[in-house]
Amino acid sequence: MKATITANNTGTDLRKHFSLTTKVKNELWQNRYLYLLAIPVIAYYVMFCYLPMFGLVIAFKQYELGKGIMESQWVGLKYFQEFFSGIYFGRLMKNTLIISFYSILFGFPAPIIFALLMNELRQRRFKKVVQTVTYLPHFISLVVICGMVVDFLSSDGVLTRMFTIFGGQKTNYVGDTRYFRAIYVISDIWQGIGWGSIIYLAALAGIDQQLYEAAVIDGAGRWKQTLHITLPGILPTIMIMLIMRIGQILSVGYEKIILLYGPGTYEVADVISSYVYRMGIGQSRYSFSAAVGLFQSVVNVILLVAANKTSRRLSGTSLF
Amino acid sequence: MVMKRSAGEKVFSVCNILFMILMMVVTLYPFWYVVTCSFSDSAQLIGARGMMMLPKGFSLASYQAVLQNPNILSGYRTTLIVVVIGTTLNVLMTAICAFLLTRKKFALRGVMTYMALFTMYFGGGMIPTYLVVYKWLNLGDSLWALILPGAISTYNMIIMRTNFAEIPESLEESAKIDGANDILILFRIILPLSLPIIAVMVLFYGVAHWNSWFNALLYIRTRAKYPLQLVLREILLMNDTSQMTAGSAASDRFFLGESIKYATIIVATVPILLVYPFIQKYFVTGIMIGAVKG
Repeated sequence: MKATITANNTGTDLRKHFSLTTKVKNELWQNRYLYLLAIPVIAYYVMFCYLPMFGLVIAFKQYELGKGIMESQWVGLKYFQEFFSGIYFGRLMKNTLIISFYSILFGFPAPIIFALLMNELRQRRFKKVVQTVTYLPHFISLVVICGMVVDFLSSDGVLTRMFTIFGGQKTNYVGDTRYFRAIYVISDIWQGIGWGSIIYLAALAGIDQQLYEAAVIDGAGRWKQTLHITLPGILPTIMIMLIMRIGQILSVGYEKIILLYGPGTYEVADVISSYVYRMGIGQSRYSFSAAVGLFQSVVNVILLVAANKTSRRLSGTSLF
Repeated sequence: MVMKRSAGEKVFSVCNILFMILMMVVTLYPFWYVVTCSFSDSAQLIGARGMMMLPKGFSLASYQAVLQNPNILSGYRTTLIVVVIGTTLNVLMTAICAFLLTRKKFALRGVMTYMALFTMYFGGGMIPTYLVVYKWLNLGDSLWALILPGAISTYNMIIMRTNFAEIPESLEESAKIDGANDILILFRIILPLSLPIIAVMVLFYGVAHWNSWFNALLYIRTRAKYPLQLVLREILLMNDTSQMTAGSAASDRFFLGESIKYATIIVATVPILLVYPFIQKYFVTGIMIGAVKG
């Protein structure tokens, strides 16, 4: 190694200098500390990100733990067909799409509207207090949030009692198929509205103030200013967030579903990812659940790319 | 800007302020409710859990039961271990990765950037990841299974990379002339100049570890190794308070079981609530940097 370098430095051995292996060796030696640092990073990405991706081949094989991936028998699309023709496919797609649809319809605009309203607050200190308070639920663990939701909406819970004042029933709401999705979406908004607004507040702060001054001279009121300056100003941010949101349509937050649902509410609450969990971990049907998971990821990627393209054409904003 | 505001705008301003106050009440009241219940006398609480501003009666019995509970204590221990070791490893690995991806002379920079970014859009998913961690790497029932997967969050890494890229190269040049290698440059120059972003990372990763439960559900089998959130799940969502009330008289058990839930929530959330006011501004800085990068 040392010899090569001296040879290069003195420039006596040109043939050696230009050979590829020597170049590689040279690069490795010169930046040896960088390559040393790269080892754990590459090891992490390979082991915990790319090895699982490679592991997806079990979706096309009849994977058995004893045999290993290579020896397991190739079965092609068998598990995909089994999923698509299975009795739960319709229910899972319906639940996933409905919950996602409600989340986008109500959950996506909520932080935008909240940020716009906060932006209209003139009292800086009051605004700061509102921010501090509404960001808080984001940091509380999902287990605690779901525990509170279940307790407050139990047949003797504080919210149930409030509902009875307005003529509601005394029942366990989380366990009721009629209310599960609404509870899921509303508690999501409650927990995330403040934190979700930060990114829009940042975008709002970036709008050129001269635009507003010019608008005022032209006689535009607050509403007109919002419509013609504020909204176009944060549109790129909204589009980026929407593209990313659309790329997750099939992955409803399974952690929360798993915490809240039960056999009694599977009918309306079971989504693709919670089904993957039950089949894969609960019943050890690895190949089948890997196939379902792969279907979900592929659809998500297709939606992401499609949304990105559409957005680029319509608004000129795109994620990549 | 001083100008006459129309009547409509004044009405809007007042309504807006009222709406914000309502938002704060809706956000805070649930937590206050849990606090009042946790200090309430269990027997009075049953059948009287309407809206309340102050505890019904006063009792610390539920806190006594919670703090004597071996599961809660072992949960606290596991969670603390994972938070400390996990966060240290997270920050170190994230910093190294971000550092490598800002080295212009580094030949693998482009490849590694794509390798990292790709994982943001596509992954193996729950089951293959589970098989890799549990079966192939044999990390089942080990706390390493809660620490190693997710050692680098690519999103956080990009935030850090953006930050590192803003450090002027001239600062490194003088160190290089003095013979410092790349590892020294990272630890002696880049990191000391990036303390605010390191604080953000510690907080992002730390809170995520504190709140995480799903990985433990997948990988941890021994009850004594359950992190706090998994213990909480049993108490809050699977209604298992039997272990905690075992010492009390049969007649008290039912009552105590209810208020124990609230005390458990408080005990598990207080650490976050205590640090929250201080860390809040850092979190906002972090997400702003991420936002600018988009």
